[in-house]
Amino acid sequence: MPYYTILFYIFAIAIIASAVIVVTAKNIIYSAVSLFITLFFIAGLYVLLNADFIAITQIMVYIGGILVLLIFGIMLTSKITEVELTTSNLSAVPAIIFTVGITTIIIFVILTTKWNTKPPAVMTETISQIGKLMLTTYLLPFEIASIVLLVALIGSAMYSRKIK
Amino acid sequence: MEITFNHFLILSAILFGLGLYAMISRRNAILVLMGIELILNSANINLIAFSKFGALGVDGQMISIFVIILAVAEAAIALAIILNLYNNILTVNIDEANTMKD
Repeated sequence: MPYYTILFYIFAIAIIASAVIVVTAKNIIYSAVSLFITLFFIAGLYVLLNADFIAITQIMVYIGGILVLLIFGIMLTSKITEVELTTSNLSAVPAIIFTVGITTIIIFVILTTKWNTKPPAVMTETISQIGKLMLTTYLLPFEIASIVLLVALIGSAMYSRKIK
Repeated sequence: MEITFNHFLILSAILFGLGLYAMISRRNAILVLMGIELILNSANINLIAFSKFGALGVDGQMISIFVIILAVAEAAIALAIILNLYNNILTVNIDEANTMKD
């Protein structure tokens, strides 16, 4: 399947390149826009893996929610009128050495482990299966997740207002 | 060339390394938060790759939905903490937030 291969490599190169821009850009707004591109291509990767519902959720929640929240945070915490929106890195060289070491170990483990894989199953209509699982097997975690979201909402609203 | 399981795992390992680098070395707290988002996304790629190639089935996608939910809650709480930090000491650089030290 050559189209699948070509699409995977396009997505992979775009994800890694924009993630590198996220972690190295001097301007914070550039980092936010690159994070947008990264999350969008990760959603494309989910479509390649037959997870259409997760791809849509990724676009709606991450790009529509978290990224807008992050940009709000950047705008509220940077003195736009005085200083340019730049940032710098702390102790970059030890961080690079540590990170490259960890990533090399992980990739070595991935390549040497004998994974218990099977030929990829043909998945159809994952949305109905996810809906059934969400109301049968995963009913309790689903309810707990909704309570966690409510508590996080109330807590962040309480915590971020000015205390008089 | 066939795309196998290892391709997805290596991609998510590289993404994990980049997020770890952002968490360790960035000064701005919001960029540290972006590094955490990258790490959570790499975990999601792993889970969904296991759900396609491994014996996990649709359960992997369910677990990744819960990961996304917790990422939303974490981003909201962390941004509230960062805004409060900015209201108190007028900076979000994590190396300058050391007023408890002296």
